[in-house]
Amino acid sequence: MLFDRSEILETLRMLEIENLDVRTVTLGINLLDCRSGDFSSTIEKVVEKIRYLSSPFHKVVEETFVKYGIPIVNRRIAISPASFLLNGRERKEEVVALAQRLDDLARELQVDFIGGFTALVPKGFTPGDLLLLNSLPLVLSQTQRICGSVNLASSRSGINVDAILKMGEIIKETSLLTAQEGGIGCAKLVIFANAPEDNPFMAGAFHGPGEADAALNVGVSGPGVIKEAIRRKPKADLGEIAEVVKRTAFKITRVGELIGKEIAQKLGVPFGIVDLSLAPTPRVGDSVAEILEEMGLEKCGAWGSTLALALLTDACKKGGAMASSSVGGLSGAFIPVSEDAEMTESVKVGALKLEKLEAMTSVCSVGLDMIAIPGEVSKETISAIIGDEIAIGVINNKTVGVRIIPVPDKKPGDKVVWGGLLGETVVMEVNPFQSKNFISRGGRVPAPITSLKN
Amino acid sequence: MDDIPFHELEEEGSTENKVVITVVGKDKIGIIAAITSCLAEREVNIEDITQKILGEYFTMILVGDISQCPVSLTELHRDLIQKGEEIGVTVYMQHASIFRAMHRI
Repeated sequence: MLFDRSEILETLRMLEIENLDVRTVTLGINLLDCRSGDFSSTIEKVVEKIRYLSSPFHKVVEETFVKYGIPIVNRRIAISPASFLLNGRERKEEVVALAQRLDDLARELQVDFIGGFTALVPKGFTPGDLLLLNSLPLVLSQTQRICGSVNLASSRSGINVDAILKMGEIIKETSLLTAQEGGIGCAKLVIFANAPEDNPFMAGAFHGPGEADAALNVGVSGPGVIKEAIRRKPKADLGEIAEVVKRTAFKITRVGELIGKEIAQKLGVPFGIVDLSLAPTPRVGDSVAEILEEMGLEKCGAWGSTLALALLTDACKKGGAMASSSVGGLSGAFIPVSEDAEMTESVKVGALKLEKLEAMTSVCSVGLDMIAIPGEVSKETISAIIGDEIAIGVINNKTVGVRIIPVPDKKPGDKVVWGGLLGETVVMEVNPFQSKNFISRGGRVPAPITSLKN
Repeated sequence: MDDIPFHELEEEGSTENKVVITVVGKDKIGIIAAITSCLAEREVNIEDITQKILGEYFTMILVGDISQCPVSLTELHRDLIQKGEEIGVTVYMQHASIFRAMHRI
């Protein structure tokens, strides 16, 4: 036989029992050729181009699902940073009109999200960036499928603290505008340092200016597969665990590459990257926290969690890099709190606090992700939380993101339910001491030195 | 050694036009007959077949060549699933290249 019986059954087990899936196929589309003097005709050109490139998307994805028997959970579109389209415009209403038109288009094309209401501002703002940022609360509260992101720092350019200050305000405003749904607007907004231009995952996907006219990127997941592989090795030392994770990551990445290349070819666009990220969902058995606990921690957040996560992320990247020459995006392990039922449980029982989570983000592949905090936390404190996380990324030359949701009228320990992939969580306690006088200084933190590393 | 047709041996390993069909369920009479006749009607050539019974459970793995198959993969898949439901077993069908991607460097 072409394959061992055990190989075939292993693949089936991963798919049927261990929740292996392609989390997203994301079609990146350059929209810079759609600009025209009159904004309503820009919008029409944008719609026309997206529709042209993605009309077979739904059908192609369904066929690929049947062909390989692997679930493809989300179809998404990432567009050029919208701020590029907005230079020369002045009215927020125009930004909202673009967002609503794309929101409708996403529904029409059966696309789960369109990402790219993005501004790239590590060194400063263009008028288009400012218009986009100021419109984000309206965009995120008046649409369902539109995601935004802001890259406000990089290891090459330093940290734009004025942008960090602004984001504190924007997050508060977005939360208030979506207060009835627990501040859900903020779940569609990520603040990055060193943002990748080819990330297929939401809310941070956008089609970077260094990309081709269109590209198909794919994000594979499979925390359950990794967890089960570790469970079958109860006596293994940590070196052996790293080896198990690496081998499993290799297999998962290979599946992603196969699917990505096939869909790209059928859509007639270049294949971009495969992003192997262990992205949890609220389902039991689809959790990154459970992997850490399978390694031997009583609860995620216990001492040892940073080490366990470092091992996991690094082994994933190694397996992925061996499996495909097109690895990109975030690639590693995600630790979003609300989207991971066991992560939320760890917060609930007091094992995981915000400070420990921040430490863990220095070795994961995203950052402070899907965290609920009390609605009364000030905008300056939110900015300072963002600032701390961004500093970790900039100094360590890695991508970090912050997706934080102040939940109006909720106190630490209160439950908040967003539903779907966003899950539910409990509100985390925030250090009550003030950072206002520090962060309000604003300005720009220079890029870090790359020698004298200690 | 000269006359071993290496290029043909390599051909044999090709996964183009190959599907792997896995059938799992409680053992009973006629499972293989039902599945293989469904494949024969749709001109899928069976290239390899292996089955095992563990306790009361039956698993069969079958490699089929679909190059002559007149219906689309989607239809073939639907028909096989339906046949499986009729006789009370679970049928999975996947293009063989997923196994190659996963298990071969």
